[in-house]
Amino acid sequence: MSFTLKNVQLEDGRITNVSVDGQHISQVGSDQHGEIIDATGLVLLPGFVDLHTHLRQPGFEKSETVSSGSAAAAVGGYTAVHPMANTMPVADNAGVVEQIQRLGEEAGLVEVQPIGAVTVGLNGSMLAELGTMNASKANVTIFSDDGKCVSDPQLMRRALTYVKAFNGVIAQHAQEPRLTENSQMNEGSVSAELGLAGWPAVAEESIIARDIMLAELTGSRLHVCHVSTAGSVEQIRLGKARGVQVTAEVTPHHLLLTEDLARSYDPVFKVNPPLRTQNDVEALRAALIDGTIDVIGTDHAPHPIESKECEWNNAAFGMLGLETAYSIAQLVLIDSGLSNWSRLAQVLSIKPADISGLTGQGQQIVAGAMANLVLVDPASVTKVTGGGQSLSENQPYLGMELPGQVVHTIFRGSFTVRDGILNGRA
Amino acid sequence: MKLQHLVSTTDLTREQAIAILDTAIEMSKVNQREIKKLPVLRGKTVVNLFYEDSTRTRVSFEVAEKRLSADVVNVSAKGSSVSKGESLKDTVQTLAAISADIVVMRHGSSGAAQYLAESGWFEGAVINAGDGTHEHPTQALLDAYTLRSRIFGDKTGTGLDGLNIAIVGDIAHSRVARSNLHLLKTLGAKVHLIGPPTLLPKALAVQATTSHFNFDEAIEEIKFDAVMMLRIQSERMNAAFFPSESEYSKFWGLTKSRFTRIGDALVMHPGPMNRGLEIESIAADSPNSTVLEQVKNGVSTRMSVLYHLNAAEGDLS
Repeated sequence: MSFTLKNVQLEDGRITNVSVDGQHISQVGSDQHGEIIDATGLVLLPGFVDLHTHLRQPGFEKSETVSSGSAAAAVGGYTAVHPMANTMPVADNAGVVEQIQRLGEEAGLVEVQPIGAVTVGLNGSMLAELGTMNASKANVTIFSDDGKCVSDPQLMRRALTYVKAFNGVIAQHAQEPRLTENSQMNEGSVSAELGLAGWPAVAEESIIARDIMLAELTGSRLHVCHVSTAGSVEQIRLGKARGVQVTAEVTPHHLLLTEDLARSYDPVFKVNPPLRTQNDVEALRAALIDGTIDVIGTDHAPHPIESKECEWNNAAFGMLGLETAYSIAQLVLIDSGLSNWSRLAQVLSIKPADISGLTGQGQQIVAGAMANLVLVDPASVTKVTGGGQSLSENQPYLGMELPGQVVHTIFRGSFTVRDGILNGRA
Repeated sequence: MKLQHLVSTTDLTREQAIAILDTAIEMSKVNQREIKKLPVLRGKTVVNLFYEDSTRTRVSFEVAEKRLSADVVNVSAKGSSVSKGESLKDTVQTLAAISADIVVMRHGSSGAAQYLAESGWFEGAVINAGDGTHEHPTQALLDAYTLRSRIFGDKTGTGLDGLNIAIVGDIAHSRVARSNLHLLKTLGAKVHLIGPPTLLPKALAVQATTSHFNFDEAIEEIKFDAVMMLRIQSERMNAAFFPSESEYSKFWGLTKSRFTRIGDALVMHPGPMNRGLEIESIAADSPNSTVLEQVKNGVSTRMSVLYHLNAAEGDLS
C-alpha cells in the first residue's frame, strides 16, 4: 500500500506531507504519491507503545483476549502493547510467552510483546526462567510480577542482577504487602470516613526507595510501574539524580481521577494502586512533564461485569485504559499549556519503546522508518460511552467528555484504524 | 417528612433526626400497651437481609417490624442461596421480584447499603443495619434517643445541644462510632473521641470537638454527660493495635477508678460487652448505665425509622 498523508502537522509544529510505501515511511516533504489522504488539522505521532497492558489471555478470555485487547489498543492509537504476565497459566515460561506473541501476530493489529513473570507462578519465591523467556521467540526483555510485588529483597536483588546478562529490566509493582493487607482504597481522610481499609502511600514509597537502592547496588535497570503518589515521585527524582537506571510509569487514571470517587462505593473506581489525592495527581502531572516520570502506561485491566457490579470489598481491582489514554495525555500535556507534542510522543511512544528495546516502534518520523504511526485530532472532543473494543465494561470515564481523538492508526504501513473505525485485519 | 432510605446518619438533617426521636417517643408508648401493635406496615413486606451474624440488631428490627404489622422475612447468609455464592444483585432482585417493600441489610462490606440503595436493583427502601466498618445509623439513633430521654425526658422537638459525649475505644473499626459522631454533631452535642493512637484515625479525630489518647486527662478536662464505650473485637488483639487486653483495660477501659471520676455521666455501650476489658461490671451494672435501655429503645427507634420510611407526608396521629 502506498499513500500520502497531506498537510499533516508534525510534533515540532511543521506542516508537511508524509508518504508511506509498503511498511515504511518513504518520504517526508512536499512530494505526494499513492492515495492522497487529507490530514489537515491532524497531528502525526509515532504509534503509541503501552508498557502495561492486561490482555487476560490465556485464562480469562471472558474479560479480554489478545485479539479484542489488540483492537482496543489500535483504536487508542497504539501500535505496540506489553501484556502483563498474570494470566492463567502464568506467563512464567517460554511456552506461554510464545503463545501470547503468536496470538498477537494472528490478531495483526498491534505488536504484542509479552512481559514475563519474575517468579514462578507469581508466587514471589522462586525465579522464573528469565533467560529462557528472553532467548525464546518472544524475546522477552521486561519481567514483572505485576499485580503482586516482588517484596522479598533478596529475590529482587537477584532478579535485577540476573537480567543484566541480556540487558533485561525488572518492572516492579511497588506494594509492601504487610502494609496493605486487605486494603481497599487510598489511606487517608476519605478511607477513614468510608470505613474502607486503607492502602498507605508509604507502602509504595518504601518499596520504590528500596528498589532504587538495589538497582544502584547492582547497576541494573529498574522500571517502576504505575507510580501513584507524590512521595514516590520524590524517591524517583532522588534516584535519577544519583544516576540510578530507574524509569517510571504513570497511568492515565492516576493523572486524572482522585479517591473522592470512592464515595460512591462504585467499584468501577476500585484500582490498585488506588486513586489518590488531588495533591498526588498534581505531583504526577508535574513529574510527567519534567521527565521524572518517563512513560504513560495504561494498566488496562478488563474485568467481567459481575466482578465490578457488587460490594466494594468483593470487587476486583482495575479499570480500562487503552481507548482513553491518549485523551488524558493531551489534557495533561497539551491542553494544560504546560508541555508539548514532542513530550507527548516521548511518554506515549519513544521512551516506552526504548525501555522495551522494541525496534520499529517509537521512531522519529523520517524516511526509512517503520510506518507505525498515529494521527490525532486535538480539536475534537470525545464523549466516553460504553461499548468500546474491549470485551469488558469497567470504564471509569463513562459519560465524561475528554479532549482529542485518535483518527487513524497505522501499523507497519497499513491502517488498523481509519477515521476512528477499526479496519479489522488491515 | 419522608425518608427514602437510611444508609448513613449524614443523610439526616437536624429536623429529620429530631422527628425520628419524637416519633420514637410515641412508639415507646405503644410498646407499653397491652396490645403492642400499630397497623403502619400492614400489608407491607420487610426483609431482614443479614450477611453477618447478629442477634440483638436482627431481633430488634424484627420486633419493631412486627409491632408495625409488617410481614417479616428473615434471610441470613447461612441457610440461603447467599452461602452458595449468589451475588448481592441477584439476591436483591429476587427480593424485588417477590415485591418486598423494605430491605433491612447488615453486610460485612462497607458501603454495601449505599451501593444497594443507588443500584436501581430494588425500588423499595433500604435500611442500613450495619455495613462493615462504615455506619450503623439506627444504633446511633437509639443512642441519641436514650441520651435525650435520660436527660430531657419526653420533651419533643429538642436536640442534644451542648452535651459533652465521649466515645471511647476502637474508633477506627467502629460503625457505631462513625454514625454517632455524625448524628450527635447534627443534634448539637460536643463529641470527644478517645482511644489508642492505633485505633483513632486522624481524619475522624478532626471531625470531633476534641480527641484524646489519654482517657484520664480527658476525664480531668471535660465534664462528660455520657461516656460511650465501644466493644473491642477479638481480631484486633492479634494485629498489634495494642499489646494486650490488660494494657488496653488499664489505659482505655472504664475501670472502677475512672467510673468514680466521671461523676454522674451516663454509661453507654452498644453491646455485646466485654466485661473486664473495655468496661467493668461496676460501671455496666450501675444506675448510670443505659445498656439495657439502649436495647429497649432500639425497638421504639427502629419502629420510628420504619414509620418515617413508609409514611406519607404528615405526622403520626
